Amino acid sequence: MTSSEIPKRSSGPLAWLATGIGQILASIFVPILTFIVLWQGFIFLRDNKAPQIVMVLVAILWGVGGVALLYWVANWLVEKLPESIRHTIQPFIFVGPALAILAWFLAIPVVRTLLLSFQDESGTTFVGLTNYVFALTDRIMLEAFRNNLLWMIFGTGLSVGLGLLIAVLADRTKLESVYKAIIFMPMAISFVGAGVIWKFMYTYKGEGAGIAEIGLINAIVLALGGKSQPWLSLAPWNNFFLIIIMVWLQTGYAMVIISSAIKGVPAELLEAARIDGATEIRAFFDVTVPYIKGTLITVTTTIIIFSLKLFDIVRVMTGGNNGTNVIANEFYLQRFTYLQTGRASAIAIILLLAVVPVMIYNLRQFGERKAF
Amino acid sequence: MSATGGMKRQQRVNSALVNGILIVICILWLVPALGVFVTSFRQSKDIFGSGWWTVLPHKQYVEKGEIKLPDTVDVTGSFEVEGVTTTFEELRNGVTLSDGRQLTWFGNRRTRLIKVAEQQWVGFGANLTLDNYKNVLTGKEIKFKDASGQEILRKGNNLGTAFLNSVAVAVPATIIPILIAAFCAYGFAWLNFPGRKFFFTIVVAMLVVPLQIALVPILQDYTKLNLNGTFLAIWLAHTGFGLPLAIYILFNYISTLPRDILESAFIDGASAFTIFTQLILPLSVPALASFAIFQFLWVWNDYLVALVFLGDQNRVVTSALAAIVGEKGADWHLLTSGAFISMMLPLAVFFALQRFFVRGLTAGSVKG
Repeated sequence: MTSSEIPKRSSGPLAWLATGIGQILASIFVPILTFIVLWQGFIFLRDNKAPQIVMVLVAILWGVGGVALLYWVANWLVEKLPESIRHTIQPFIFVGPALAILAWFLAIPVVRTLLLSFQDESGTTFVGLTNYVFALTDRIMLEAFRNNLLWMIFGTGLSVGLGLLIAVLADRTKLESVYKAIIFMPMAISFVGAGVIWKFMYTYKGEGAGIAEIGLINAIVLALGGKSQPWLSLAPWNNFFLIIIMVWLQTGYAMVIISSAIKGVPAELLEAARIDGATEIRAFFDVTVPYIKGTLITVTTTIIIFSLKLFDIVRVMTGGNNGTNVIANEFYLQRFTYLQTGRASAIAIILLLAVVPVMIYNLRQFGERKAF
Repeated sequence: MSATGGMKRQQRVNSALVNGILIVICILWLVPALGVFVTSFRQSKDIFGSGWWTVLPHKQYVEKGEIKLPDTVDVTGSFEVEGVTTTFEELRNGVTLSDGRQLTWFGNRRTRLIKVAEQQWVGFGANLTLDNYKNVLTGKEIKFKDASGQEILRKGNNLGTAFLNSVAVAVPATIIPILIAAFCAYGFAWLNFPGRKFFFTIVVAMLVVPLQIALVPILQDYTKLNLNGTFLAIWLAHTGFGLPLAIYILFNYISTLPRDILESAFIDGASAFTIFTQLILPLSVPALASFAIFQFLWVWNDYLVALVFLGDQNRVVTSALAAIVGEKGADWHLLTSGAFISMMLPLAVFFALQRFFVRGLTAGSVKG
């Protein structure tokens, strides 16, 4: 390593040759050593034989350290190159890994999935549009489209509406941060965890002597003189009971974003409206809403995309049974339960086509207010 | 004077109304989670027999005595007991007397035994335990009691191991994409190279791709590379899926850093790499922290990616919890404690670093 620190052409040609060879050797040796270390780590992790705590620590060290090491070694190699070449190559050391990973995990898969969607389940025979005909006409798929539409309209509408209401109301109280923290809290909870929480709310035991409902909703219904219900199998209403979970999870997001936008509404504008005799409600609709329109659109589109891609809640709560299937769950079933790669790919492409316009609209909104 | 007084009263009424609405909403928001939290500490026998709210003081029927019907009473038809005419079937479901007492037939028709219960206040009679947590964490045999008090033997769900696996997945899957994205964002923001605009457009375009698109082909690659079920597989996947947003957010931050600081460093002869590690990274800490929390919560709470790439090998908490839902959907003592274990870390991170998290969210959607 010290050889690289000797200034170039400091002594005779022989020394120069020696340092040159030393440099070349080091340039070959260091990457090989790096590779061996990383490969050994990989084998160690894959074989999974050490105690779990050790595995986890090695995994974290290897993962994080490995990436840092790769960047460092790559940069070290590039800095050995002559100035002119270095300048062209160095940016790619910085940008390259990210672009390569993006290409592998997102850009190329779009093309590959598109190709797979025209093939049968084994991925060898071209079947034309068969998979798309299935995806657009099958009874289960049509049900999934209907349900995604319900999620999109009611899930998004309720989340944004409630988020707006809470943001506006909380803005006028002293305990704002407490209220906001409570509503925001579900954002930290996984959909699976939220699924358990709400499954417990909806639990149904049935009728009979000595059977006490342990689910809160049924207990309340019973206390009010009603009959307990198996809420999650009551088609088509069960969709709405699932949508409530999404509202519980997403309202906090909408509230936080809208709240910070409301804080940006100039007080003078509201004051002027009030002096002109506008009621609070008028002032809200005539001043606040137009002012935060961009934010409302961003939040709405973000939650619409979320509702289109929704998977976990349905998967955990009903598995898509009893008329609650959604597109992303049907994708999962086709790929992993029925092993229909072609159909799954067609569904994924349809999902992409559904998301793209909303996302472009979202990005355009963002771009208008923050240029890069 | 009276006008301002009226307005003040009006304001007080408004404020009470606003606070009232918010308190109701907050209670609605908290109750579901509270139910799971309370249940996770109850005895399994109690969980199956009564609602979690019974740990709070409430009115409940308490047995006060019993009536033995004389053999002369014909129990096949209707008969009189305690002043009401009733039948066996009605008594099986419970008959409430006008004085509030409740009569319930005990056992089958031949017992001729009627239990009398009266409503009474019961307060905080909860019998709390940590057994549910022990049972759900271990992978060994577990024992618990069902509603009738019978002991049940089962294999544990090994959520302890799953928790560690989640740590092993979430920590590198948070740091790796941030590191890669920071290098990339710096390259886009401050270095000149051919195709800069084009590549950046590609990165932004990738924001629209739902990750379902990638699952099928990536799974094929992983099968070929024999990577399925390894930590590396899921780190790479989370890195790939998280990169577009990470680059986008970090670029927005890094590109607004003051130009003169970087220029003077360049003039002093610092290399691009040194500038990155010595200047860019320290200056970008707020943006890095925001995205780190965002990504950590996302990875920790992710179910789909873990389900697809890890499967049953190296199961993470979300998968393990979902597996309990699937296999033992009515075992509420395991589900509730398991759910709470899965939420502990993200909730702690969330409440400790809420400020950064909110900043990250707003940076992603509102001009920050």
